[in-house]
Amino acid sequence: MTRTPSDRTTVAAGTSAPVLEARNLVKTYGNVVGLDGVSLELYPGEVLAVIGDNGAGKTTLIKCLTGAEVPDEGAILLDGQRVHFRRPQDAREAGIETVYQSLAVAPSLDVASNLYLGRERRKRGFLGGVLRMLDTRGMREQAKHELQELGISTLQDVTVPVENLSGGQRQAVAVARAAAFGSKVVVLDEPTAALGVRESNQVLELIKRLRDGGVPVILISHNMPQVFDVADRIHIQRLGKRAATITPRSHSMTDAVAIMTGATTVS
Amino acid sequence: MSQPSTRERGVSDTVGAQPDLAREFLARRTPLSAVRSTLHRYPAISPGVVLLLAVVVFGLINGRFWAPANLSLITQQVAVIGTLGVAQTLVILTAGIDLSVGAIMVFSSIVMSQAAIARGVPPWLGLVGGLVVGLLAGALNGVLVTRLKLPPFIVTLGTLSVFTALTLLVSNGATIQGSQLPNLLTWTGDTFRVGGVDFSYGVVLMILLYIVVAFILGRTAWGRHVYAVGDDKEAARLTGIRVNSLLISVYIAAGGILALGAWVQIGRSFAASPNAAADVNLDSITAVVIGGTSLFGGRGTIWGTLLGALIVGVFRNGLALAGLDVLYQTLAVGVLVIVAVAIDQWIRKARK
Repeated sequence: MTRTPSDRTTVAAGTSAPVLEARNLVKTYGNVVGLDGVSLELYPGEVLAVIGDNGAGKTTLIKCLTGAEVPDEGAILLDGQRVHFRRPQDAREAGIETVYQSLAVAPSLDVASNLYLGRERRKRGFLGGVLRMLDTRGMREQAKHELQELGISTLQDVTVPVENLSGGQRQAVAVARAAAFGSKVVVLDEPTAALGVRESNQVLELIKRLRDGGVPVILISHNMPQVFDVADRIHIQRLGKRAATITPRSHSMTDAVAIMTGATTVS
Repeated sequence: MSQPSTRERGVSDTVGAQPDLAREFLARRTPLSAVRSTLHRYPAISPGVVLLLAVVVFGLINGRFWAPANLSLITQQVAVIGTLGVAQTLVILTAGIDLSVGAIMVFSSIVMSQAAIARGVPPWLGLVGGLVVGLLAGALNGVLVTRLKLPPFIVTLGTLSVFTALTLLVSNGATIQGSQLPNLLTWTGDTFRVGGVDFSYGVVLMILLYIVVAFILGRTAWGRHVYAVGDDKEAARLTGIRVNSLLISVYIAAGGILALGAWVQIGRSFAASPNAAADVNLDSITAVVIGGTSLFGGRGTIWGTLLGALIVGVFRNGLALAGLDVLYQTLAVGVLVIVAVAIDQWIRKARK
């Protein structure tokens, strides 16, 4: 295996255990091999980018880590404990939050409702306990607070329906909902694919801020400049396997592309 | 969308970007688009305005329209469709459609009354039996939609025929007159007098139902999830909502509401007839659509449906009082539906 923790910059080499670890994951779809024994380690306070050509198994790998798929073989460990995710909700309850490429937001609901979608807070006492009434005001205040914490200043009004927002703002909502609830790991699948330059930069800034706040991030991206901008380490998928894990310091973009396409191999 | 090149990796412009965004957003607002955004945010406004105009205009055409007795009659005429509209709204908010609302209502009303007139069965048990039938029928729709992954249109088109056939089987095609039925079942048709105006208990039941469902849709997590699933099913699943359970619960709730509709219908027509509800399917959809709920799901309010049902009732009643033939009532309802959907499309464009 090609672990290179020695040249990591954010965490003292070898001193901390991975927050999230995948060991020899295998996933097949009929005769098609999606993952062919992939391992991955995510350390505290880092941004780990996952890159690879189409069909290299990036998406399958992420789906296994976030509970959207169940691997056929292999183990997933969170804080050193083996976990078994059957549904995305299992992964979320364990502290792994995912921001999907397809922007999992409900456009007609407002910003606060979207942040709390699927984990709404109820009022105390009779209203919440018996009538199951939502604590709308409490959720709005908390949502405003969380957005400020993340430095998302473009979303002042949390009562605006998400469909009234720009693409970058929607993505910010999606990232915020992943980051806002004390999650252990945030996974972002192509978070800038649908965004313009300025909006992409805002999202990258947000990723850095998350990391600086101590939340490790897995970033799946096709965009090499972005990957080399924000990532601490880069996991390169090729043909269902991990071809290498490199860092932006040790390798250039050209090297990364060469490993991705198989022109260079790393032993 | 353009991809950032290597040279644009710097992210220092994020702070300065915000006033630009605000200016761009403001620049796009014209008076018309402001109206459109407002309607977009409060979908019950346009049906509210239409209802108000209709009440004023029909009253000016014929003064008898405003008579308390006539207004009370309209509410009673609207009670059945209004109740069915609640069930239909729930299903349509999830981007589904229920063509079997009428069939389930009639089936439930027949079971209710057949059970209630059977020897030795207390009336309340008949009512409960009808309610159970409604819930089961709704559950069948929900299971077919989620487990077989069939479009709701097809599922409910099929169950429409199934429940109609079951109705004929149970009833032998015979109508049970209200005089044969226990008072409990026809209670929804009884009226009480407040300040010289008659209200039927069926109308009260309908309004209570609206209040309860409005609370659930607006104030509970379940209600938010109904909108989220109607908006984007896959997104809802990814945020952790159990979409299939939610859909089944929506169809079951709709079934229960339809059984209440059956009770209202027995009181209103003072009979339980297997042929009672020829038009109610489309009328319930009409009420929902005129009420501003989008057939594409995720947008609309329950109060809009009440307004929609009242609009249809007011148009039919007002046109009749104006001395026009029934065919013009039907024509007016058709025009209303098309105008309502056209307005919905225009409003939805506000954000495209």
